[in-house]
Amino acid sequence: MSGMHQVGIAGAPASPVHRLDPRAKILGLAGITVVAVSTPPRMWPVLAACALVLAAIAAAGRVGPGVIWSRARVVLPLVVFVAVCVPFVRGGERVDLGPVAASREGLTTFAAVSSKALIGTVSAVLLGATTTFPDVLHGLERMRAPRLLTLIAAFMYRYLFVITGEARRMRVALASRGYRPRHALQAAAIGRVATALFLRTFERGERVYVAMLARGYSGATPRLHELTLGRADVLFLAAVVATLVPLRVVA
Amino acid sequence: MSCAIEARGLRFRYPNGVSGLDGVDLSIRHGERVAVLGPNGAGKTTLMLHLNGLLTGEGSLSVAGIDVRGGDVRALRARVGLVFQDPDDQLFMPTVREDVAFGPLNLGLSKTEVEDRLKLALDAVRMGEHAARAPHQLSLGQRRRVAIASVLAMHPSLLVLDEPSANLDPRTRRELIETLEAVERTMLVVTHDLPLAATLCERAVLLSGGRIVADGPTEQILDDEQLLAAHDLELPEGFSLRSLPAWPRSRPAASASGP
Repeated sequence: MSGMHQVGIAGAPASPVHRLDPRAKILGLAGITVVAVSTPPRMWPVLAACALVLAAIAAAGRVGPGVIWSRARVVLPLVVFVAVCVPFVRGGERVDLGPVAASREGLTTFAAVSSKALIGTVSAVLLGATTTFPDVLHGLERMRAPRLLTLIAAFMYRYLFVITGEARRMRVALASRGYRPRHALQAAAIGRVATALFLRTFERGERVYVAMLARGYSGATPRLHELTLGRADVLFLAAVVATLVPLRVVA
Repeated sequence: MSCAIEARGLRFRYPNGVSGLDGVDLSIRHGERVAVLGPNGAGKTTLMLHLNGLLTGEGSLSVAGIDVRGGDVRALRARVGLVFQDPDDQLFMPTVREDVAFGPLNLGLSKTEVEDRLKLALDAVRMGEHAARAPHQLSLGQRRRVAIASVLAMHPSLLVLDEPSANLDPRTRRELIETLEAVERTMLVVTHDLPLAATLCERAVLLSGGRIVADGPTEQILDDEQLLAAHDLELPEGFSLRSLPAWPRSRPAASASGP
């Protein structure tokens, strides 16, 4: 699958940010997102402070702008797409933008929504770049996230690569037999591939469950290592809170 | 010596009416390595799944001293290690390390003991340096070795492997055979790979139509062309049983994977 290489640890794996407890990073980065999202329009200093904190975290973790951009651009267009329409449908005072006129209030909303989307996306990208996915799941588990959800996410992470590999092989098999759809009706083969993929995935699920039972699975997946919150984690959270909460409260 | 597996009149029918096993009688002693041969649909995998209670049929079956039908399933699964054909079915945790630790943690062992077993099992299959990697980052041969480690870490008294050499290139296959030769366990190898059976196992049973139709020294069974042909099996061209050293084959020193 294209873009699969754009996941996993980036930056300096031994940096202080990478070494933080996953719970501290989840809480800190989710906190930054919550502060940004809940900020009323036109409170730009709060959004700027969120962006500065993110920049500081990225710098400490040596996660470069190139990495952040390459990962964020996958999600950002989807998030910003809706906001783009707002200046043109909102009423009120108009601003001339050359061939079209847009609502001034709509433009402000667009800027605010886009900034919040950017901050939320970059927070998630930084979490992903400085924490392995298994560690994120472990952190969520310890934060009492529903066990079923973390288990589903763990299986998704493990089998995403297997299933995309199967899908790729099936696509190659179709192409090698001359399949080049030219109109919608010929796309039916794609549906059959999807059906076959679903059935294979379902059967694999059964086999994985049997293999789990064979190794003594009884509903719980105990962990080999427990997480421990250290002084660095507390300091990190305190710094995020001390920087953003007063600004947010004032706003 | 007591038996690792003692099956009498074992029968199993799938819900759709297809017969999986049709009266299997089998005795395997501790320390034996036995190949289970047979054509597709002979009941090999069905028999394998019976050995740690994942399927239960009629008749009697005791494995490692535990009655499969009425015994302690948890204890049974600790003693019988199944290595499935597709390692992607077996390795479901995000990292090799967590996967190998999964079984021992389910046994309720202490963290220190799990760590020890983890290291020994990964070293036994020469995968110690890959502990932090995700299964999808490994080659098929490496994943199969990790799948074996994930079972060895449970210190089973019986190791059951389903088609261990399937889809492996010749070199990886040879490395896998070397790995298995170093494992000192009672071993049941379900396979179509007759040279592998001849190399690893002194004894073979031929399963066909849910019944055992031949049981004896592997070389004797594989030397019977008519028997093999009657059950859709044949030795690969160019392979000679005479080229194998005589039993007992020299086994490497006991592995570090436990008792």
